[in-house]
Amino acid sequence: MTYVKPAFRHPALSQNDLGFTKKDYEGALSTLCGGCGHDSISGAITEACFEMSIAPHRLAKLSGIGCSSKTPTYFLGNSHGFNSVHGRMPSVATGASLANRDLIYLGVSGDGDSASIGMGQFVHAIRRHLNVVYIVMNNGCYGLTKGQDSATADIGSISKNGMNHFQAIDLAAMALELGATFVARSFSGDKTQLVPLIKAAISHHGFALIDVISPCVTFNNNTGSTKAYDYVREHITTAEVVDYVPPSEEITMGYAEGSSAELTLHDGSHLSLHKLAPDFDPRDKLSVVQRIYEARAKKEILTGLLYIEPGTPDLHDLVGTISTPLNQLGTADLCPGNDVLSEINRGLR
Amino acid sequence: MRSIAAINDFVVRFANVNGTGSASANNMFAKAVFRMGIPFSAKNIFPSNIQGLPTWYEVRISEKGYLGRRDGIDLMVSVNPQSLPQDVKSVSPGGYFVYDSTKILYQELVRDDITYIGVPMMEICMREYSDPRQRQLFKNMIYVGALSQLLNMDFEVFKGIIADEFKKREKLIAPNIHAMELGRNYIAEHYDYPLPLRMETRDLVGDSIIMDGNSACGLGAVYGGATVAAWYPITPSTSLVQAFEKYANRLRIDPESGKKKFAVVQAEDELAAIGMAIGANWNGARAFTATSGPGISLMNEFLGLAYFAEIPLVLTDVQRTGPSTGMPTRTQQSDILLSAYASHGDTKHILLFPANPKECFEIQALSFDLAERLQTPIIVMIDLDLGMNEHMSPPLQWDDSRQYDRGKVYNAEDLDRIGMFGRYLDSDGDGIPYRTIPGTHPTKGSFFTRGTSRDEYARYTEEGAAYVRNMERLVKKWNTAKEVVPQPEFYQDGNQSKDGVIFFGTSTDSALEALDLLKEDGVNLDAMRLLSFPFSQKVADFIQNHERIFVIEQNRDAQMRSLLINELETNPAKLIRVLNYDGMPITAAYIRGQILNLYKI
Repeated sequence: MTYVKPAFRHPALSQNDLGFTKKDYEGALSTLCGGCGHDSISGAITEACFEMSIAPHRLAKLSGIGCSSKTPTYFLGNSHGFNSVHGRMPSVATGASLANRDLIYLGVSGDGDSASIGMGQFVHAIRRHLNVVYIVMNNGCYGLTKGQDSATADIGSISKNGMNHFQAIDLAAMALELGATFVARSFSGDKTQLVPLIKAAISHHGFALIDVISPCVTFNNNTGSTKAYDYVREHITTAEVVDYVPPSEEITMGYAEGSSAELTLHDGSHLSLHKLAPDFDPRDKLSVVQRIYEARAKKEILTGLLYIEPGTPDLHDLVGTISTPLNQLGTADLCPGNDVLSEINRGLR
Repeated sequence: MRSIAAINDFVVRFANVNGTGSASANNMFAKAVFRMGIPFSAKNIFPSNIQGLPTWYEVRISEKGYLGRRDGIDLMVSVNPQSLPQDVKSVSPGGYFVYDSTKILYQELVRDDITYIGVPMMEICMREYSDPRQRQLFKNMIYVGALSQLLNMDFEVFKGIIADEFKKREKLIAPNIHAMELGRNYIAEHYDYPLPLRMETRDLVGDSIIMDGNSACGLGAVYGGATVAAWYPITPSTSLVQAFEKYANRLRIDPESGKKKFAVVQAEDELAAIGMAIGANWNGARAFTATSGPGISLMNEFLGLAYFAEIPLVLTDVQRTGPSTGMPTRTQQSDILLSAYASHGDTKHILLFPANPKECFEIQALSFDLAERLQTPIIVMIDLDLGMNEHMSPPLQWDDSRQYDRGKVYNAEDLDRIGMFGRYLDSDGDGIPYRTIPGTHPTKGSFFTRGTSRDEYARYTEEGAAYVRNMERLVKKWNTAKEVVPQPEFYQDGNQSKDGVIFFGTSTDSALEALDLLKEDGVNLDAMRLLSFPFSQKVADFIQNHERIFVIEQNRDAQMRSLLINELETNPAKLIRVLNYDGMPITAAYIRGQILNLYKI
């Protein structure tokens, strides 16, 4: 069921630049299990959009099927949402983006949705450079069907249904190979890391993947599971700390020379990256790949902004569409008329 | 031996090897018939292969204007040694066999009831040309030249066609005319010409055009305002989206920026193709995809979503022979039931059945209006015969005063005016609710689109009563659709006979010809052509008012008949099957034979 929250707003709630309060970015009451990591991610999305002062109707949220794909009901209640079919959100998002290049598209998916049934669509949306924020709520299991292993479950990880013997798919590493221009990994329990990453992903022009480890409290939070809260907390390692600076603000934070890098994104916002590993540079794919493999060997979960390549063309740039959104073109723009048709007829005789 | 003698009423078949450039020469022949003012129809009979296998091209020349396929080959042009025995055999007694006499014909291939006309095509080419590619290509023009002489065709007409064809490569005009002359001269020097089988210039084609259905659909999508085309290559639908892209590149480029007012995306599969079309339609663009039967199978889940979530969608199915991979390059009307009820649960989809290129253009364009008006998938059902063969058709027309019907869409002012927005409220009593497009209003009109059950305000619910209300409203919408879709066409004033025929799509030409033949046999039948599913009252009435009805279609299981029985609760005994499903377009003689047989019983 969809539960409607009370519309009461405390008068003292702070407002963003558009005059909206954080409540305006919330959705219906979540029906996920208490303590589900996904709800924290919904919270982080709400916070990021509020803080960025995104007009709610300028963002569309899309999902597939599964626990993760239910979440768009639970955030951004003033935005249009589309809960499509299992594993096919990327194609629906592609169509939506083609229709109107001016909106922000937030795709929400899960490990079953993206790494199994929808692997093909995930892969092709990346190689097409779809301009989308693609959040995978990754719990290594199928929650809605009661805890079967998914394709992101690590070898040897134990869920309530037993041990997984099959190779895990690393969606972030895969996205790198496929040409994603923004690849991040985070943890649902780490809002301070996740919120700036979501903001940066929204500001990024192109395919932005955030693979968020999000423990399933009901089916995959037990001892022996590598996606359990405790395990993730113990094995997390951070590539770097990201500060998101909105377009209107000056960069004022000072960090030690050599330890930070500044990046300007498509919309004029800035990212301050503070490296924690000496040989790691998120703009250098080779060093990123190396770091990911090293972390994997050490059974560490590498989080943070893993890779970024600003200033690359997206699907619209590659297809060559006009700047006016296609859904705003009317009969006069689109219909060539009868004179042209008469000429075509002449050529067909 | 009595040779066939006929003026402007015969069938010529070309036997070629695919990938040898014969297609353009054969097309030139057909176009010359047309430009001589004589109605024609052409069928390409080709393998699912790129190079080396036999391919045939058949041209029916018909002064009476019968455009369906006709069995019986009056003249065979044989340029493929591979299929020679079969080609000799397939000529009607008294017919003609034009062949490459560079090599001597085996004695066992010599029939005594047909006339052989040898033209040493390869020998002439070897003598005239040194380049192997030229030898190949001009050989085609040599047989067209020989044929033009034998059949009394106007050489000036050919010269005009060649000039048009090579407008941008003028250097090629003279050599092509010369190659034709080589063929013409050989006939003049060695044979009596023209044959008793011949053409005479007429003025019977009026302002008709020659176009294939896929191109007409592609152009219809441009005129219908499609801005997003997502597709996956599959025979025989591939050339439809390619035609859309070709015309859009010509007609939809923004003059200032040079950028496109459309987007074509080749998807990774049919699932993604329809997903993109749905996403774009959801977001307010007119989007479509095109496929064939195997693609429809793959698109089933998404079709159910679009039906239930009420998202406009245009999908064109260029049917081919199934089941499974079937015969990918042969025609059939066998996706009717699959398309009508595609997807799990209680689903029904609107099907439209154009019968010629003009209707392909109009119905494809109209389908975008219908999709937005009815907020549901519209499936345009054509087939390989209509889609890939060139047809003579009335010219295309567009009413410049026409505005696109975007259906029931609330804008920002509407939302401020109406109070609470209910996406699935039946405000007008026609079963069609109002929708909003993302990006319309900062705080009003947003809703959640889902394939799960919801209430009138798009809120998720598993309450049985709310689910039933919604399903009943969808039925109401379906009933609204019945009278909105294109209505059937009748071929007589009122009802004149006790029995009737029903047909649709590419069976039309042959069915109408069969009706003429049957009239000569003393059998008079009323005729109705279906243009749409769901069936309107007119369809029900026609069936009601006739004792027996022959349902002519091109599949094994009489799918349209099943649909009529199922949807109109017709007595099955009333509807008699007339079926052709061998992959070749149905013929008038076949229809006549079937119906006469049934009358004898």
